[in-house]
Amino acid sequence: MLVEGIKSRPVYMGLSIQPRARRHIFALEGEGAHALLDRKAALDSTALSRSEILYAPRGSQGKGNDEALRALGADMFFAAPTIATLLFRLRGTLTTAHMGTRLYIAGTEGFIGQAMIVALDHGMDHASVITEHRGSLARRVQCVHCKGVTEDVTHSPFPCGHCGLPLLVRDHYSRRLGAFQGVNIDAEEPGSAPDPEELFL
Amino acid sequence: MAIAFKQETFRDDFSYRNSAENIRRFPFPFDRDEYMYAVNMEPHVKGQKGTAFENLIDIDEHYVAEMRDRALVLKEDPLRYQALPHMMAAQWDTLELLMEEQAVGFPEHFTLARNGDQWRWINRPLGIDDTFTFGDRSTLPCEPLEYITRQAQGDFCIVDQRDGNLWMDAGMVTTQADWSLDFDIGMNFMEWHGPVPLAHQMGVFDRALKFLLNLQQGKPTRRFNWTMTINPRLDTSPENYHKWGPDRATVTTGNVGDKVHLRVEVQSLWRLPRSNAILFVIRCYLMNMNELVTVPKWARRFPRVLRTLPPELIDYKGLTRYRQTTIDWLSKFDDGEPTSPGTFPD
Amino acid sequence: MSGGTEIPVRVTKVTPVAHRIKRFRFERLDGRPMPYFSGGAHVIVSMNDNGHLRRNAYSLMSPPYDCSAYEISVLHVDDSRGGSSFMHEKVREGDEMRVSHPVNLFQPDWRGRKHLLIAGGIGITPFIAMMEQFSREGAQFELHYAIRSRDRGAYCEDLVAHYGRHRVKIYCDAEDNRIPVARLLDSQPLGTHLYVCGPAGLIDGVLKSGLESGWPEQNLHSERFLSSQPGKPFSIELTRSGKTVHVGHHESMLEAIESAGVDAPFLCRGGACGQCETRVALCDGKLLHNDVYLTDEEKASGRKVMLCVSRFEGKALHLDL
Repeated sequence: MLVEGIKSRPVYMGLSIQPRARRHIFALEGEGAHALLDRKAALDSTALSRSEILYAPRGSQGKGNDEALRALGADMFFAAPTIATLLFRLRGTLTTAHMGTRLYIAGTEGFIGQAMIVALDHGMDHASVITEHRGSLARRVQCVHCKGVTEDVTHSPFPCGHCGLPLLVRDHYSRRLGAFQGVNIDAEEPGSAPDPEELFL
Repeated sequence: MAIAFKQETFRDDFSYRNSAENIRRFPFPFDRDEYMYAVNMEPHVKGQKGTAFENLIDIDEHYVAEMRDRALVLKEDPLRYQALPHMMAAQWDTLELLMEEQAVGFPEHFTLARNGDQWRWINRPLGIDDTFTFGDRSTLPCEPLEYITRQAQGDFCIVDQRDGNLWMDAGMVTTQADWSLDFDIGMNFMEWHGPVPLAHQMGVFDRALKFLLNLQQGKPTRRFNWTMTINPRLDTSPENYHKWGPDRATVTTGNVGDKVHLRVEVQSLWRLPRSNAILFVIRCYLMNMNELVTVPKWARRFPRVLRTLPPELIDYKGLTRYRQTTIDWLSKFDDGEPTSPGTFPD
Repeated sequence: MSGGTEIPVRVTKVTPVAHRIKRFRFERLDGRPMPYFSGGAHVIVSMNDNGHLRRNAYSLMSPPYDCSAYEISVLHVDDSRGGSSFMHEKVREGDEMRVSHPVNLFQPDWRGRKHLLIAGGIGITPFIAMMEQFSREGAQFELHYAIRSRDRGAYCEDLVAHYGRHRVKIYCDAEDNRIPVARLLDSQPLGTHLYVCGPAGLIDGVLKSGLESGWPEQNLHSERFLSSQPGKPFSIELTRSGKTVHVGHHESMLEAIESAGVDAPFLCRGGACGQCETRVALCDGKLLHNDVYLTDEEKASGRKVMLCVSRFEGKALHLDL
C-alpha cells in the first residue's frame, strides 16, 4: 500500500505567465499570493490590464497579501472571504470566458484541486491550467469507503472525518475529485493501526 | 452445447465452486515455473475448443450468478458504474461488440436480430427480450454501457484516446482486484497504473502505451494479470476493503484448500469503430487451491511461482499474510518433477 | 501484411467533383458491410500499378455510420510520385483494389464544447465525415473552408446546403476572401477545440495564430499527410534479412523494402503514427528525417528512422530489418 513515487501525484510546474493570453485569471489562496507577487516583473501593463485576480486570504498566512495584490493594479481584484466564495466567483468568470483565457491557480494542494475541478467543469484541459503549490502540505483526502472528504489532513493514518475509520493517506491522486485516496489501514487486523505520523505539514 | 448455469454465491456463504470441466478450461497464466514480469501482450484470437479462449468474449457456468452478484453490488453502490458525458458513442460501440460476440459465441443463449437501427436482443439465461433503436438512449432502460455490462461477465472500462495518451472515462467495475473506478475515472494510462510497483521503472507502461495507441480495429490484443483472493469473492473493491480485508487473516493450514483462490484476469483490448476509443475487458476467473491441485502440472508449478515472487509484488498483491501458508500446503502436491511447457493441463 | 488486414473492394463509382478532384466509391467484394469508422479516419489504398505496389493514405469522407461503402476524394497533385496519377488516370469503375481497415490519427476531442474546423482545399475530406458525426451526436461545430477558386472547391455547395450558412463558411482566394483566423480565434467560447487540415502553409499559419492568441496546445489539432518526397536514389542494407535494397528517386524506403519482399510495419505512411519506426544499425552519412513523429533529440541521435517519409544521403545505411 505504501508505494512511493505514484504517477498520479500531480506535478505543479510553477506560475509562468503566458504572455500571449488574451485574459489572465489568477485564483489564489493564502500563501499562493506570493506565487504571483514573486512574478511581478513578468507582469507588464498589458498583462495587468488583462488580469483578474481572485484571492482568498484564508487565516493568518494570507494576512496583508490582499493589499499587495490589490496594489498590482490588475484590471480586476476580488477578495473572497472563503474558498467556497472564491470558487463560486471563479465559476461566474469562466462561464462567459473565451478561448485565449488562461487560468493560474496557486495555494495549498486542496485549493488547487478544488479550483481545477471548476476549470474541468468549464471544458478546460487540465494540462492547460498553470499551477503552483504554496503553503502547507496538508492534504485533501477522500475516504474510499464512505466517500467523505476530509480537508487539511496533516497526519497518516488519521481518522476519517465522516465514518471514523483510521485511514492511510496514499499518494494516489484523483484530479476529478481533487483529493488523495484514504484507505483503511487496519482492515486486515482491526485495532492494529500504527500511531499517526505528521507527514504533510 | 448449452451451458448449465450454476446457482451460487460470491458472498455470505460463498457457495461458488468450479465443476471438473470448468477447472480444465481455467486460464492458468503461468507458462513456466518462476515468476516473470513482462508486457506479455498477444493477439486476442480464438483458441482451442474447451478453453476460455474458444470465444473472444467468454461466458461460463458462473454467468447467471455473477450477473446477480453485479446487480447486488450496484444496488449497494451505484458509483461502480460511471461514464463521463463524452463517452456516449463509445458506449454504443461496446454494446454492439458485446452483443455480437455473445450471440456468435453462444447462439443457444443469446440472439441478436438487427434490422437497420431496430435491434432485438434476446438473453435467455437472464430472461431478457428487448427491442430498441441503436443509437437512441431513450429506447433502453439505462445507458447502453450499463445495460450490456449487466449482461456480460467481467469488468469493462472504456478509454478515450487523446493527446498521445489513454484516459479512463467510463466503466462498469464490480469484480475488481482492489481498485476504484470512482477514484480512477478520468485518469490517464500512467496515472491509473500509478500504484503498481516495479513496472514503471522497467518502462513496461511506456511500451504498453505506445503499443495500445496504435491498436487497430479488428485486431484485439490480450494480456494476463493475476492475484489471490481469500474466499471466492468477486467484489474485492477498495470501497469494501474494511469488510473483506479481515478474511486475509483467517487462512490456516487446515483451510487453505477451500479459502485461498487464484484470481486470474484475462484482459482483452479492442479498438472501437465509431468512437476510436479502446474497450478494456477485464474478465476475472476464480479457482480455489483444492480445485487447482486436481491438475498435477498446476499443482507443481504454482508453489514454485509463488516462491519466486519479488517482495514488492507480494505486498502490492496483498499476499503477505498467507503466501507462506499457501506454499507450504501446496508443496505436498509438488513432487519436484519437471513441468511441460505452456499453460494448459497435460 | 503489417499495416493491418486488407479488405478486397470493387470501385463501384468514380465521380469528378471539381478541377483535378475525383471521388471514388469502394464496396466489398464479399458483399459484407464495411467496418464502421470514426470521423477523421483514413484508409491506406493499395494500388497495383503494372506490378509496382503503391500505397497511399486517404481520409474517409462517407458517413461513418454508413457501412455500405467507403468513399474518398483524391486530388491529382502536380508533383505526384504516381499515387494520385494512378487513381486519376488508371482506376476505372469495376476495378478491384484493396483498402486497409480504418485508422484514426485525427480524432475529434469528444469533450469539446464546440468544434471549430478549418479546411484548405482537399483538406476538407476528413471534416466531411466528422461533421456527419457531430451533427448526428448533436455536437456544436462550425466549418471555415478556404478554396483557391470556385471550380477547384470540392463540395462547397453541398455542404452549405446540408448544414446551412451559419455553420459552413466558404472563403474563395480568387474572390479575395480569406479566413479571418485571428478574429475567429478570439471569439470562441471556453472549451472550444480547433482542427485544421490542408496545405502545410495553412496548417502552420493556423497553429501559430492559435498559440499567439493564447490558445493552449491541447485545444489545437491538425492532420498533415506528409507524402514521401522524391530525392536522390540510395541503397540500404537490411541486417536481419540480409538484403540490399535500392531506393529510387520517386520511391520511399518503405515502398522499396516492401518491393524487396520484406515485411515492414506501417499504419499511416505519412510520418505521423510511429508504427514504422526502425532502428538504425549503422549510418555513414546523413538521415533526412521528414516525419513529425520522432522528437528532435531522437532525430539528432541518428538511431531511429521512419521508413515512410524519410530519406538518406551518404555512403552506407544499415537498418535492423
